[in-house]
Amino acid sequence: MKIVDLGAADIATAVRSGALSAREVTEAHLAEISAHDASVSAFLLLLSESALQGADAIDAKRAHGEELGPLAGVPVALKDNMVLRGVETTCGSKILQGWKPPYTATVIERLVSAGAIPIGKTNLDEFAMGSSTENSGYFPTRNPIDPARVPGGSSGGSAAAVAAHFAPLALGSDTGGSIRQPASLCGVVGMKPTYGLVSRYGLIAFASSLDQIGPFARSVGDAAMLLSAIAGHDPLDSTSIAESRFDSAGIHGDVRGLRVGVIAEMTEGISTGVAVVLEAAVQALKEAGASVETVSIPATRFGLSAYYLIAPAEASSNLARFDGVRFGLRVEGADITETYEKTRAAGFGTEVKRRIMLGTYALSAGYYDALYGKAQQVRTLIVNGFAEAYERFDVLISPTSPSVAFSFGDRSDPLSMYMSDVCTIPSNLAGHPAMSVPFGAGEDGLPVGIQVLAPALAERVMFKVALALEQAAIAPSLPIWRKAS
Amino acid sequence: MSTEEISVEETRHVAHLARLAISDDEATMYARQLSAILTHARDIAALDIASVEPTRHAVAVKNITRADEVVPSLDRSEVLAAAPRAEANMFSVPRILGEG
Repeated sequence: MKIVDLGAADIATAVRSGALSAREVTEAHLAEISAHDASVSAFLLLLSESALQGADAIDAKRAHGEELGPLAGVPVALKDNMVLRGVETTCGSKILQGWKPPYTATVIERLVSAGAIPIGKTNLDEFAMGSSTENSGYFPTRNPIDPARVPGGSSGGSAAAVAAHFAPLALGSDTGGSIRQPASLCGVVGMKPTYGLVSRYGLIAFASSLDQIGPFARSVGDAAMLLSAIAGHDPLDSTSIAESRFDSAGIHGDVRGLRVGVIAEMTEGISTGVAVVLEAAVQALKEAGASVETVSIPATRFGLSAYYLIAPAEASSNLARFDGVRFGLRVEGADITETYEKTRAAGFGTEVKRRIMLGTYALSAGYYDALYGKAQQVRTLIVNGFAEAYERFDVLISPTSPSVAFSFGDRSDPLSMYMSDVCTIPSNLAGHPAMSVPFGAGEDGLPVGIQVLAPALAERVMFKVALALEQAAIAPSLPIWRKAS
Repeated sequence: MSTEEISVEETRHVAHLARLAISDDEATMYARQLSAILTHARDIAALDIASVEPTRHAVAVKNITRADEVVPSLDRSEVLAAAPRAEANMFSVPRILGEG
């Protein structure tokens, strides 16, 4: 087996036992990137030198008989909206080109102390706003399964990096589906934790009440392992849940007796191929001993509208900090107001401006109650709708995305792009965990992910169902350059 | 169905509130696109839910306090080095007040 085909758990075991050196592992992944990233463009920046140094440090620790962490020698790709001290962080935006942050995100600190090797910063839709990675201020990322298609977004670079075997693990961020939707489109596992389980310190804010960092992996077990390395209270994030932690030990895929609900509203308007895969997933869970029934949560129908008022409103406020004063681009004007206006006009892309304006409008006098206030009330309806469903079910499932990966330029109309998130948004509004597990193939043989949703802090039962799905899933998709061989 | 939820003039005003310089073409484009999005949002504007409490945050957050102790903070020179312009240990901006 090639090194780049190994999962994170296997790599860490091999590095700890000495069967593989951390340097060999890092070199193999860097070589894979160098051979194939030209056709994917998953990375904005490679950390080759620091990765090799980090790997050598792990190997030296082992040589000295020191104990190695659970992710010893495992390369991890990082979405470029998480800061690493002294390393350019752009958030996919021209406004931050060349910015070197003076501090490091908590998640990255935790990964490194667990022995992981940051291998590069991955591409994203600018400020994580988008569902295809076409909105990156630099270049689009291609889907490694079919480079004529988008990888999804906004964490498209991270999803593509894992699907391309450039790294066994990656971190993404999920505000309305930005981990789960690209995971589904690239045929990998992607998971959004309970809001507050993972620290947001050092994640460049998009919509603070919705943003959450989470793992990408090629297996459910590896995703759980990565989550346990990053989860837990952080005093530097005041919304991080006290006493929270996540332990992946002992999670198994025995779903006998579990009650699974299929969300009816999320089966409307999905493609035929996706519907067939969902039906196969339902059958698989039944055969594994779970009871599966359809459940209606009518309020989820309004999730899209509520999200596209709440998230832009929060973004319009969060992105006010990009004013050409403390970091990033400045375009000088005659006075400070003109400096702000010119800097932001030159630095932000079209989608970011659109959302800032939408949010500013939703928060403006005369529209606040009718738009933003109403959206927050709808958020309550969604929270209540889930609570009611969870009285009868342990977990809920749905498709992750209504369609398979689409072609570049296919969704140039903003509203049609926003529809990509219709199944993923409600979990963000409720603050609940949800994940996408690759299960089958839809139109043109492209990957289809099944979304597993659970109540707040019920990650363990969610992973159980995900494991059961993984056991019944078709073989994982290979990147296009591996298919001929 | 094209409805004008937000006019080109309102769009210009919102852009100014958001400190974004936009061209006339952009104002027209954004007015059209924002109108389409706001038309979609009519589904919730029409809901009769006056008695429903708003959810501002998924997690009930109370005031978080900590001991008022001096701890190391970001390195000043590193922070200022990231700014477009700095002088005398401060961020530098164009004149805010009039000549005088």
